[in-house]
Amino acid sequence: MLLEPLRVLDCTGQLGWLAGRLLADLGADVIKIEPPGADLSAPDWRANNVNKRLLALDLEGEAGRSAFLRLAKEADILLETAQPGTELAAFFDPEKLRAANPRLIHVSVTPFGRTGPRAEWKASDIELMAAGGAMSLAGEPDGPPLRVTAPQSNPWAASQAAVGALVALTARAATGRGQHVDVSAQGAVIASIAHAPASWDLIGVNPLRAGAFMTGRSVHGAVYRVFWPCKDGHVNFIIYGGVAGRRTNEGLVAWMKDAGAELGMLADIDWATFDPTQATQDEVDAMESPIAAFFLTVPKAEFLRQAFEREMLGYPVNNVADIANDPQLEARGFWADLPAPGGGSERHCGGFAVVDGERLKLSWPVPAPGQHSREVLAEFGFGAEEIAALIESRAVVAR
Amino acid sequence: MTALPLALKGLKVIEVGGYAAGPWIGKVLANFGATVVHIESRDRPDGFRLQYPPYRDGVKGINRSGCFSYFNDSKYAVTLDVKKPGGLELAHRLANWADVLVENMRVGVIDRIGLGYEALKKTNPGLIFMSTCNMGQTGPRAATGGFGSQLSALAGFCGLTGDAGGSPQLLYGPYIDFVAALMGAPLILAALDKRRRTGEGCYIDVSQYECGAFYLSGPLFDYHANGKVVERDSNADPVACPHNAYPCKDEEWVAASCWNDGEFTRLAEAAGHPEWAEDARFATAEARRENAGALDDLVAAWTGERSAEAAAAALQAMGVRAYPVNTCADLFTDPQLTHRKAWRVRKHPEIDYQAHYFPGFDLSDQPGDVTAPAPVLGQDNEIVFREFLGLGREEYEELERNGVF
Repeated sequence: MLLEPLRVLDCTGQLGWLAGRLLADLGADVIKIEPPGADLSAPDWRANNVNKRLLALDLEGEAGRSAFLRLAKEADILLETAQPGTELAAFFDPEKLRAANPRLIHVSVTPFGRTGPRAEWKASDIELMAAGGAMSLAGEPDGPPLRVTAPQSNPWAASQAAVGALVALTARAATGRGQHVDVSAQGAVIASIAHAPASWDLIGVNPLRAGAFMTGRSVHGAVYRVFWPCKDGHVNFIIYGGVAGRRTNEGLVAWMKDAGAELGMLADIDWATFDPTQATQDEVDAMESPIAAFFLTVPKAEFLRQAFEREMLGYPVNNVADIANDPQLEARGFWADLPAPGGGSERHCGGFAVVDGERLKLSWPVPAPGQHSREVLAEFGFGAEEIAALIESRAVVAR
Repeated sequence: MTALPLALKGLKVIEVGGYAAGPWIGKVLANFGATVVHIESRDRPDGFRLQYPPYRDGVKGINRSGCFSYFNDSKYAVTLDVKKPGGLELAHRLANWADVLVENMRVGVIDRIGLGYEALKKTNPGLIFMSTCNMGQTGPRAATGGFGSQLSALAGFCGLTGDAGGSPQLLYGPYIDFVAALMGAPLILAALDKRRRTGEGCYIDVSQYECGAFYLSGPLFDYHANGKVVERDSNADPVACPHNAYPCKDEEWVAASCWNDGEFTRLAEAAGHPEWAEDARFATAEARRENAGALDDLVAAWTGERSAEAAAAALQAMGVRAYPVNTCADLFTDPQLTHRKAWRVRKHPEIDYQAHYFPGFDLSDQPGDVTAPAPVLGQDNEIVFREFLGLGREEYEELERNGVF
């Protein structure tokens, strides 16, 4: 394991789930704290909370809270997502928790950060993708700004939280002291939009959503198609220039010839001298028309195979079924099949990297409600009677 | 109290490669104090220096790219040609100096130029060596090179963006490169933890495609467990309704959502139409979803008469989730981002003032910073090779004569 078995208390909601998962894959002992009776069946919950142990602890009541404070005294890292301004956020007071445990690394993951004029504003995924600039850059120019249909602000915030936790851990090795890490999901989402802000900053051009086409490449204002309907979906393919573009375009024309497809004006282009920046829209349309007709006959999997073999740039537009059945992931042992409740197994993303030839190992299947409550409390020094009292008062649920 | 040093002070990182996926890892580490050396050569500078706008004043130049500088602030830059006499040896000395090497070239290239892990670990067994590429180092398609913007299609993100039944949509730039970079940085820091305990380095193989799967892990689980294939559905959500971006004055937009009946009642009050909550078409979440088009029209009619800021503030005042759809320009004036100092302006010798992104997290006792503007090509050869590596004057000049720099 890369990390020593650090004790991580994970009190997060969806905004922070992935942070604990990443730390767990790296070797930390991550204890997910959920209120008694929480529903643990949602796919998002299961996918992001695998490889953690589970403690069912009520943080609303006094008994549960005093138990939590004892846990926090012994922990290395606390991950939490309490909404600023709420009573729970006041309970997770960084000063107070670190006074009790100076080595504690306390990571708060919130929509906008713990302080500031809008710290108490509420947000779900769509508001965070809006606030971080991502939606302004996705969608058709004449339609609304769009988010990715599956929430992305959660993993963006949570992966930055994991970086922050381990930056603080590195610092702790030198200073012996923990510190508070304040994560803003809004700030984290900005990482997703590449250098788009630099365009406004340096040349005063505010980039906006461009739909399914690539703009800004032709001096004549021609736009190039990026997404093409194919036999069973779409592919991402662009007529590029340069060395890689030449190889790609030549590869495509050779493939079309092999397949007996109509080449149209493509047959006459010398790709060694072709310069996409000089094309007019009429020329681009004439080039793209035989390609569009050809792609309609090509399934996604065939496109992927041909593009790989012919060293062409471009990929099919996968859905989750395509990803789930991709032989590349299978060959790399990416998937982890772990015991499922009620027998059988369930499939998860396995460890998120391969280190010295071995994929990071998952230590725990998705926990059942209350599964680890007793053992976790015992490991943190709670006596049998104290545990029984917590269960009796319903502050803890244990199996 | 004396100020503490930056959190990662003393950590030495070298980067081989370019573009976004590798350099973004180094940028984040550099913002917290790591010494990061970006290695290029005069013949093969980082592709971002000349391949993409924006350039200062629109004038192209090797040191004028705002794209390169956006990904490489706070770093040192050297030019080192391993094919020139003494070049490879010098690269090895640099790798012996480093704690961490990050490379993001196509599979096999780093070995071919003589800087592979097996070669370097002989003299630096503590080296943490990270390779990040499209598909990972193994598997039937390991050799695939390509751009992150297109890999984002293979990884499912583009297909999940757009109207149901319409075209997939582009996400700006190489989306997945940043996913992989932010999952790569924890790997490096965890490997350092292991090295503190054991003295051993390691080789880390990051597949950007696999990292992307973690950002869709719920839908992937849902497919494996239940056979469900989540598809793009504009801005709709399976639970919340309304849940969309709504047009405002001056071509602005506001995002807003209601996650239960109480929130919808408050949205209706904020809009001055409490009767919406009584309307049978909108009284329950199920009814709202069935009539989402009509409801969106009503909300849009209300937002259309105000600015995005005013609409968001009115909804937030009632405890309803809402935020202006910030454009890139808006990100520089957003009051919350301003409070967090999300942008750090630094003066570059040729670009002049540029705003650099500060990561979405910060530390209480040892806050990070953009410690310097991005380096111009080869600007730190003397510092890195003479001061950091301790090359003598004569040795350095000989390498210079050999064309290594």
